[in-house]
Amino acid sequence: MKVLMTEYLRIDLETENWECRVCEHVVGSARGNYKEGLLVYKRNPEDIHPSVIDPDKYKFTFCPDKDWVSIYEFYCPSCGTQMEVEYTFPGHMPLYDMEVDVDALKEQWSHREEILEPVKGPNILVDRTHGHNH
Amino acid sequence: MSTNVKVDTEIEDQELIQKFLKDTTLFLGPDPEIIRDHRIMPRTPSEEECMDKYTDLNQISSIRDRLQSACEEGFEMVEQMGAAPGAKWGDIITGIYSASGDLTIGSAGGVLIFSALVHHPIKFIIKNWIDEHTVGVNEGDGFIHNDSRYGNVHNTDQSMILPVFHEGKLICWAASTVHEGENGAIEPGGMPSMAETSFDEGLKMSPFKVVENYEIKRDILTFLQNSVREPKLQYEDMKVKLFACMRLEQRIKEVFETDGPDALTACLRYTNESVVTEVRRRISEWPDMTVRTQTIMDSTLRENALLKINLAVTKKDDRLIFDFSGTSPELTNRAINTQLPGMKGMVGQAFMNHIWPDLPRGQAGLSPIEFITQEGSLVDCSYEAPNSQSLMSIFHSFTVAQHATAKFLYSCPDKYTRVLAPWHNMINTFIWGGVNQHGEMLGNLCADLNGMGGGARMDRDGEHALAPIFATMADIGEQEMNEEEVPFLQLVSKKMTANTQAPGKYRGGMGYTMIASTKDSDQWGFMTTTQGSKVPTIQGLFGGYAGGSYPLCKVTDVDVYDVLLKNPEQFKHSIHETMNEQLFPGAKYSTHHMGMGFDISKRGELYMISQGSGGGYGDPLERDPTYVIMDIEEGLITSDWAKKLYKVEFNEETFALDLEATEKLRADYRELRKQQGKPYAEFIKDHVKDTPPADIPFYGSWNGDVDTIYAGSVDDKRDASNIGPIYVTNPKDVRIGELEAELEAVRKQAGIPSTDTRK
Ligand SMILES: [Zn+2]
Repeated sequence: MKVLMTEYLRIDLETENWECRVCEHVVGSARGNYKEGLLVYKRNPEDIHPSVIDPDKYKFTFCPDKDWVSIYEFYCPSCGTQMEVEYTFPGHMPLYDMEVDVDALKEQWSHREEILEPVKGPNILVDRTHGHNH
Repeated sequence: MSTNVKVDTEIEDQELIQKFLKDTTLFLGPDPEIIRDHRIMPRTPSEEECMDKYTDLNQISSIRDRLQSACEEGFEMVEQMGAAPGAKWGDIITGIYSASGDLTIGSAGGVLIFSALVHHPIKFIIKNWIDEHTVGVNEGDGFIHNDSRYGNVHNTDQSMILPVFHEGKLICWAASTVHEGENGAIEPGGMPSMAETSFDEGLKMSPFKVVENYEIKRDILTFLQNSVREPKLQYEDMKVKLFACMRLEQRIKEVFETDGPDALTACLRYTNESVVTEVRRRISEWPDMTVRTQTIMDSTLRENALLKINLAVTKKDDRLIFDFSGTSPELTNRAINTQLPGMKGMVGQAFMNHIWPDLPRGQAGLSPIEFITQEGSLVDCSYEAPNSQSLMSIFHSFTVAQHATAKFLYSCPDKYTRVLAPWHNMINTFIWGGVNQHGEMLGNLCADLNGMGGGARMDRDGEHALAPIFATMADIGEQEMNEEEVPFLQLVSKKMTANTQAPGKYRGGMGYTMIASTKDSDQWGFMTTTQGSKVPTIQGLFGGYAGGSYPLCKVTDVDVYDVLLKNPEQFKHSIHETMNEQLFPGAKYSTHHMGMGFDISKRGELYMISQGSGGGYGDPLERDPTYVIMDIEEGLITSDWAKKLYKVEFNEETFALDLEATEKLRADYRELRKQQGKPYAEFIKDHVKDTPPADIPFYGSWNGDVDTIYAGSVDDKRDASNIGPIYVTNPKDVRIGELEAELEAVRKQAGIPSTDTRK
């Protein structure tokens, strides 16, 4: 049985591995940090958050200061999907963000049916794209 | 027999010692036993008896529904009659508390953080004033409170608390809390960022009696009015809160008539205990794991600095533990610290808003959740430290809680809401004050703070300028109505600030631009109190990004009202056109971080800010290209940035998509990622450092070692269990020092001797 843990990651309870949900790639042991099986890139904030006002004229421009914050991007090494983004202090260690108790997970799902598509929960809002039709 | 006697004397001795200690206590300060405990009180023998007597769940449920509508009625009264802007948009709670002081049923709308912390002052009253012969708690009494150190968000919130009796027996409490704004602090509006000690924060009301026989005592009222900038508001809203409490009391007494006081007691206790049971059941459904996250603070509101909010959430069976160890230490002369209840309350808010909104609004929802903090940290500050801008650390606490819980919720088969990326978390708005066009002194804020961008959800974009993180249902008010009372106009408002979105498969909801300018007063000013001008204050989720950063832009030496009369074409309706084109002759254009202390403005000068964006969700390369085009058409993003961020190909005239070319661009970009990305170990070797940046003041733990706390520099490392006070130099003194050094260097270079060399 496989448990959908995030938008892009699942845990195979039999093999006890993290897997990419996009390309099936085995990322690493579910008893460890999945980030260790991914590619990492330090993104310049200017690539994502444009200076709305002229950075040659002004100190504060809507673009984060790259000396004050680093953006780490984590990619699946097989399909290049961006699985996680971390805004962190320059030079800081990436966080071990999901440390899973695999034995407890196995026990928990031994009482559950496998779920293939993520459960979304109750729907209470009208979708934006359908707004014009009414 | 002899053992019993011994035990009896021991108890007598103990009681004697307790009484002695109580009688000789010189100051009844905040009681750690009360304010460090967010759990519901133990079941009392009287509650036990009532629960044995009333077991019909239909009756319990019908009483609860009646009490809930009473709370909504009280809420409506305060919202409609309250004078404070905060009251008008729902920064309120009206609630019913058990005899032991647990908030059991609270109004469902408005600000929910209150649910988890306004019970503390009631417990103080129970512990100290009931048996105190100089005070006492009697029918018709009312108590006032605002000091956050006795349990509150911040001192701008004032509560009115009424005990409810039946035939002389205290059955429960009714209370109403409102964000009043003005409270006599060193800056107008009640949330001074300039406060350097707790004595700069205005009124410091420990819980005390201000109402007898349902009437406000005029002498005390006058003292309070005399201590604040808005004496009329102080009176009006004390009355409004009192009347709301009296209405609650009336509804409670109607239940006494129909069902009896014991049934009401059973209902309150049953409600609290069943919520606790249900919360534990829901926690059990989560996967057992530890999730770690952090957010970055880039400012103390006085100067830029790097501070960390650190969180590890561990779920094990039916336990959920929020561990904030490793968070920045408190800054002993800065206002951004929070007392422990504020942080807990805001975590409670995250659950009530976004995780389990179906649970009753009360204290019980948070009760089973456990907290670990380091005393003397930003989220658990000392008695001495100011906390008038506790919102800063409170809001970050919300975000780390929201970010961490999303990672627990994704796999759960039962969800009560959508999994979503963090909401925007800062009150990007204007706080204002001075003398208005009618000659009245005012101090308060624009309700635009309620328009925070919503986080993207697992299946759709975030909503723009939707709601603040502290209330799901709150209004931003009518600007035209505000302008009748305040001497400034919002020349631009409700217009989205383009290219500020948080990209993702689903993008975050965006915020709008506000351009304010004083018109009819020469004694008027603004302040802004947010972080995030250098570093985003939130995180994205599952490959989505955070929003960008947000500056304060000013244009001075201009009277824009003159410009509008004579050269209206020079006035532009956006920050980027105004700042980049600089069309006003002779005007000065500048940018600042968003921690602007109170700044006296002149007629026609421009203060420009933007609300923030909620976080993005998922890989931007998976964004539906038609959504990208829709955003361009709606002016949310420009074509060039849309192409850059989302790798879409389209005709810029017709917006017709080229899906094949888009697919190719995206496939190419995935390949590029694989080339640019480094294996984890190699990346760590290249980029991770053993210490924080040396040239930026940094506060908090580094690389997971939560026992060692940096206190502003690489050389100042402290033991987390004994951090000690940290005083930050006044930024003006820092600037003077820099200028003196520069002057000295220039003198030396030019051979000009100093005018006075004496030491
Ligand atoms: Zn993959």
